[in-house]
Amino acid sequence: MLIGAILVITRKNPVHSALALIVTLLAQASIYLMLYAPFVAGVQIILYAGGIMVLFLFVIMLVSIDRSVKERQLNSQWIVGMIAATALGGLFIAVFMKGKNIFPEHALPVIENDNTQKVATMLYGQYMFAFEIASLLLLVAIIGAVVMAKKRI
Amino acid sequence: MGQIVRYIQSYLHSDLTPGAAGNMFWALVYIMLVFVGLSVAVIAMNWLERKILAHMQVRLGPMRVGPHGLLQPIADAIKLLLKEDIMPAEADGLIFWVAPFVVVLAAFTVFVVVPFGPTHAITDMNIGILFMLGVSSLSVLGIVMAGWASNSHYPLIGALRSSAQMVSYEVAMGLAVVSAILMTSLNAEGTGTLSMIGIVQAQQAQHEWFIFKFFPLGLVAFFIFAVAMVAETNRAPFDLAEAESELTAGFHTEYSGFRWSLFFLAEYSAMIAVSSIAVTLWLGGWLRPFPNLLSNSTWDRVFSLFPGVTFLFFAAICFYNAARMPKHPLFRIQTVGLAGFGIVLGLIGVILFIPVVSIRVQDIFWFAAKVAGFMYMYIWYRGTFPRYRFDQLMQMGWKVLLPMGLGVLVLTASVALLQEKLWHP
Repeated sequence: MLIGAILVITRKNPVHSALALIVTLLAQASIYLMLYAPFVAGVQIILYAGGIMVLFLFVIMLVSIDRSVKERQLNSQWIVGMIAATALGGLFIAVFMKGKNIFPEHALPVIENDNTQKVATMLYGQYMFAFEIASLLLLVAIIGAVVMAKKRI
Repeated sequence: MGQIVRYIQSYLHSDLTPGAAGNMFWALVYIMLVFVGLSVAVIAMNWLERKILAHMQVRLGPMRVGPHGLLQPIADAIKLLLKEDIMPAEADGLIFWVAPFVVVLAAFTVFVVVPFGPTHAITDMNIGILFMLGVSSLSVLGIVMAGWASNSHYPLIGALRSSAQMVSYEVAMGLAVVSAILMTSLNAEGTGTLSMIGIVQAQQAQHEWFIFKFFPLGLVAFFIFAVAMVAETNRAPFDLAEAESELTAGFHTEYSGFRWSLFFLAEYSAMIAVSSIAVTLWLGGWLRPFPNLLSNSTWDRVFSLFPGVTFLFFAAICFYNAARMPKHPLFRIQTVGLAGFGIVLGLIGVILFIPVVSIRVQDIFWFAAKVAGFMYMYIWYRGTFPRYRFDQLMQMGWKVLLPMGLGVLVLTASVALLQEKLWHP
């Protein structure tokens, strides 16, 4: 996953970056599998790697890439970027060290048989409102895209 | 030596898939069997497609290469291996090279969960159907990569059209699949399952193939999936993106020789894969016809004779055609070849009558027979329907199949709820 993520930001050709992002998302799906969540892993592959990245690639292919291939990969503000990334990393390490008792001691019991059922129960029961709001958000995005792309009558 | 035999026998009596038993060696054996079976199926599909299309068009098809063209696929394979491997000048080397691999990978990995029998799958994941849908959607990426890396107009437009079509019909496929999964939860505990073997066992427990359940809802869902799967695999009548008269072979224009044959292999494997999904979800998987209605032992005996009888029937056709060959000395080798092929088929048929073999092979035979029926339908569609124009294609995917899928899903859920309330108040 790390290799994929580093390749995403260092490749000059945006199509190569998009393909590295696909590798990263597939690695993310396997991390979900290792955390005993097969349903989330499957849905990640279907939606992210198989749906969203395809549309990313559409847009990248339709936009001319000659200009971006000639750009420098690391611009002149890389020092500030390094400082910000180091600060964020330090924050993560501090949270991990100090807050050890909020994480479970070892892996949760292997109950992957009903990962799907548990996700469904929580999503359509406890988090129903968030689910509906998220679908409303997607509807607004679709309507916005259609309105922007429509021809004037 | 005796130990090896005992080891093999101990495995044949187990009732777990290799994945569930955690057995790497048998998983590898199953993978090799599935791989070989799939390759043979693709080769057979090549021959069958040309012969059946030809007979539908009142001509004969390949007749020269072997007896009745039986060696034609092998000749095609040799030709493709010997062709020059061209890469366009400005093409993006790495992506051009990787694209066929991604498509073949996606098409073949799907078969890890396909259930040929109650324990005859390589493994049985809890999310079997989700895995199949997800991995088959990765083949779209391969097509996009192939079209872009060729660096020429026709492949790019073909790839964009192909992938847009595949992504649109994946939505309709998903809705049809969801309404079938819904039917698996109509059992005593009230929980369904996403695992492929579990879906067939749910059909067995509910005494009804899902295509006939809540008539006509199961049938409509099956119909939506059948149309969407033909569009998903870019086959006629939805093959605008790769038809020769439209876009000069679309996204695989610039590929030659072995790389093109990889695309071809992946297309036929994807066809077999989505047919397997349809057979598992709606047509009862490996169950023989009328598993519960006619379930006494004499009917079991009658249905267990089907595999052997089928192969003997094919052998009889071979012998009949060998007798009909012209009696010219130049045709002697073809007559002998056809008769030899008939003898091989007959031997396989006779072997399948032995009870020990017949019990193991029953489920695989019925599954393969149903998938073969779907393959015949694919060829039939290709010979019958005119091609859809691209905007008609997209319109049908979004404006016809999607609302139908949503309607079937809502109706199936309501009927299932009513059934639960009426029978278990």
